[in-house]
Amino acid sequence: MSKRLVNILVPLISILLGLIIGAIVMAVSGFNPIDGYVALWNGIFMDTYTMGETVRQITPYIFSGLAVAFAFRTGLFNIGVEGQLIMGWLAAAWVGQAFELPAVIHVPVALIAAAAAGALWAFIPGLLKAKLQVHEVIVTIMMNYTALHVVNALIGVISGGEERTEKIHESASLRSDFLETITDYSRMHWGFLIALLAVVIMWFILQKTTLGYELKAVGFNKNASEYAGMNVNKNIILAMVISGAFAGLGGAMEALGTFENMSKLHASTGIGFDGIAVALLGANQPFGVLLGAILFGALKNGGLNMPSEAGVPTEIVSIVIALIIFFVASGYIIRVALERFGKKRKEEK
Amino acid sequence: MEYVIEMLGIRKQFGDFVANDNITLQLKKGEIHALLGENGAGKSTLMNVLFGLYQPEAGKIRVHGKDVKITDPNVANKLGIGMVHQHFMLVENFTVTENIILGSEPTKMGTINIKDAAKKVQTLSEQYGLNVDPYAKIEDISVGMQQRVEILKTLYRGADIIIFDEPTASLTPQEITELMQIMKRLIEEGKSIILITHKLNEIMEVSDQVTVIRKGKGIGTVTTSETNPTELAELMVGRQVVFKTEKIASNPKEVVLQIDSLTVADNRGIDKVKNLNLTVRAGEIVGIAGIDGNGQSELIEAITGLRKVKNGNIKLNGKEITGLKPRKITESGVGHIPQDRHKHGLVLDFPIGHNIALQTYYNKPISKNGVIDYKKVNEFARQIIDQYDVRSGEGEMSLARSLSGGNQQKAIIGREVERNPDLLIAALPTRGLDVGAIEFIHKRLIEQRDKGKAVLLISFELDEVMNVSDQIAVIYDGYIIDTVSPHETTEQELGLLMAGQSLQDNKKVGGTQ
Repeated sequence: MSKRLVNILVPLISILLGLIIGAIVMAVSGFNPIDGYVALWNGIFMDTYTMGETVRQITPYIFSGLAVAFAFRTGLFNIGVEGQLIMGWLAAAWVGQAFELPAVIHVPVALIAAAAAGALWAFIPGLLKAKLQVHEVIVTIMMNYTALHVVNALIGVISGGEERTEKIHESASLRSDFLETITDYSRMHWGFLIALLAVVIMWFILQKTTLGYELKAVGFNKNASEYAGMNVNKNIILAMVISGAFAGLGGAMEALGTFENMSKLHASTGIGFDGIAVALLGANQPFGVLLGAILFGALKNGGLNMPSEAGVPTEIVSIVIALIIFFVASGYIIRVALERFGKKRKEEK
Repeated sequence: MEYVIEMLGIRKQFGDFVANDNITLQLKKGEIHALLGENGAGKSTLMNVLFGLYQPEAGKIRVHGKDVKITDPNVANKLGIGMVHQHFMLVENFTVTENIILGSEPTKMGTINIKDAAKKVQTLSEQYGLNVDPYAKIEDISVGMQQRVEILKTLYRGADIIIFDEPTASLTPQEITELMQIMKRLIEEGKSIILITHKLNEIMEVSDQVTVIRKGKGIGTVTTSETNPTELAELMVGRQVVFKTEKIASNPKEVVLQIDSLTVADNRGIDKVKNLNLTVRAGEIVGIAGIDGNGQSELIEAITGLRKVKNGNIKLNGKEITGLKPRKITESGVGHIPQDRHKHGLVLDFPIGHNIALQTYYNKPISKNGVIDYKKVNEFARQIIDQYDVRSGEGEMSLARSLSGGNQQKAIIGREVERNPDLLIAALPTRGLDVGAIEFIHKRLIEQRDKGKAVLLISFELDEVMNVSDQIAVIYDGYIIDTVSPHETTEQELGLLMAGQSLQDNKKVGGTQ
């Protein structure tokens, strides 16, 4: 079996297996799997509105996936994407409502503020790791909680005691009449273009720059990097900061596109944590993350339609979606199975 | 005489690459049979075939005269074949006994019967003179002891044919001697041994027969008592090997490296280099001889800026470089072949081409405005790969990890020498390499010297120091105990110096005897 064929077959078989097992789960629980999957399909592709909503859902996943993947490629495990993302969300929402600027300036400033807020939130664990060898996993996990409560408190301060910040000025919004018209008034916004740009930026940093070369070298082997005259501590901090900036931009997508404000959060948004799965699905490659985010976002958005259209409860929907992702992530097993199969056929001949 | 193992006409292929081509190895009962070959010649592949990890494409395996098919290591174990791996497979925080029974734990009413197992381990240990404490934790015992645990593991499982894979690679000279005795003892007790190695002196010392393989092909089997190291080296490499490196007399010029009363502490804060003075001139090779752990690592790390200097100073071409950042020191004209190529010399998960650019990636023409031109990186890498004969599967795109030790080292040497440094520091440059690679590396070091560069060689191998250096500085307990000329000293004298006895002391002792 040619390598190319295997590479195409593996994800297809994975998704198919996930769908089959998911169908069994639905059937056992007393729901019609065909109705369920039709509802899932409709929730992703039914009309221009759902398609617009699907793209909107995918956008922040691209950023959270990139954030996790970038840290991973440099040898760091950034579990704090969630916290960095909501810090970015608040920063963008605040810049969006507090200033009145022309759109060409307002949008970039809000984006930069979001990236900076996420970067700052990631700088702290980076600094602690570099200077005091505190493991970044612990610090970033804890800083997710800190971010949640800091953000909620700041929303109160900014809004004068309200539950949410004011709507951002139109000059800071990523939404457009054009996109709303062609997608039947979905919340789709221009953020997906920024996300695609971010994919290219991450690829460029890692594959083309001396910075990327250093970051990867430090991630693989600190001793050899030090021997080659690289500043290991600086690179660790920088890796976290860039990762955090991607996460912050993910938050900006919610602030400037989806919601156009920020409400107090009762719990994590989950986007940051799902970013870990997205990054792993994409094998920590920028373009892989894009594909992973598309799968994740599409399933998530399509799943929303399953309870209403097919009567499948949310819990079962979560199980089905998790199964599909599980099988895609364990593509390795299928790869091995395919290779065995190919070998046997060869021997029989 | 009865053969316990016969591997006849074994062929093993990986894709288009033939790792073993028609190799025959016959092991008699009660003999030590050495398997000799360069790094990457196919020794490990052959043993993995015997151990059931690979299936051969052609050839037969017979154990005690019976045709067998070894499909996995369990089958090999049942046939009485055991293997002592080069990298030990031990659980650090388990005891000796726990490690030995791992995978076949004896149980008594559902709980592990550790007492009986420990008793059995003790008995075996005594029978073969291994002197292992069954209750000691692995992390607390020396590397040599850990290896004995591996030997015990095979014995415990009833092996009577034991394969040793490069057993001396990580042992001290003392431990090597003890291992040789253990192997002889095993033979006396009726075991048979296959010894995989590329060290000729070990083969001469313990083996009865030698099977040589070169580039995957079986070259032949010779009786050890009827051969000599020169012949074996030729069989292994396929051409004449010069042990004594040819070189013209040195012509030392101006001082390049000047170290004055240098003191350096290790990570625990204990002084490892104490008030050390050393001078290296252009056009000479100064060899630092000494037993491992006498301050060599700390000295190199201090010179190259990887470790803080506590006291004293280091000058390069008359300019102070003490306490500068590693990159500044590198740029001021120091090339460094590090002692641990995996830890410091290479990013193993980078392609070898990227590794060759490890010291130059940030400079023009390879990079401009922070953007690396990987075409130039690869061009530069190919040039070094050609010039230094670095062999790998996919040229500059092969992962550094996939190259053999000798080829990794050649790439590092190419990288460091091509920057044309005034001072080249070579720390254990030939550790773990075969004679062909060693010869190549020695030639390159001498070539640098003849170009008028200063070379500082650190080695634990006496013959290497004697062969290559123009001056030998013996380091003991953190200072240079004496500097001698290789023409005017003997290995015995060096040995005494390395043990901390100055020659004057020794003469006095000699006089009273």
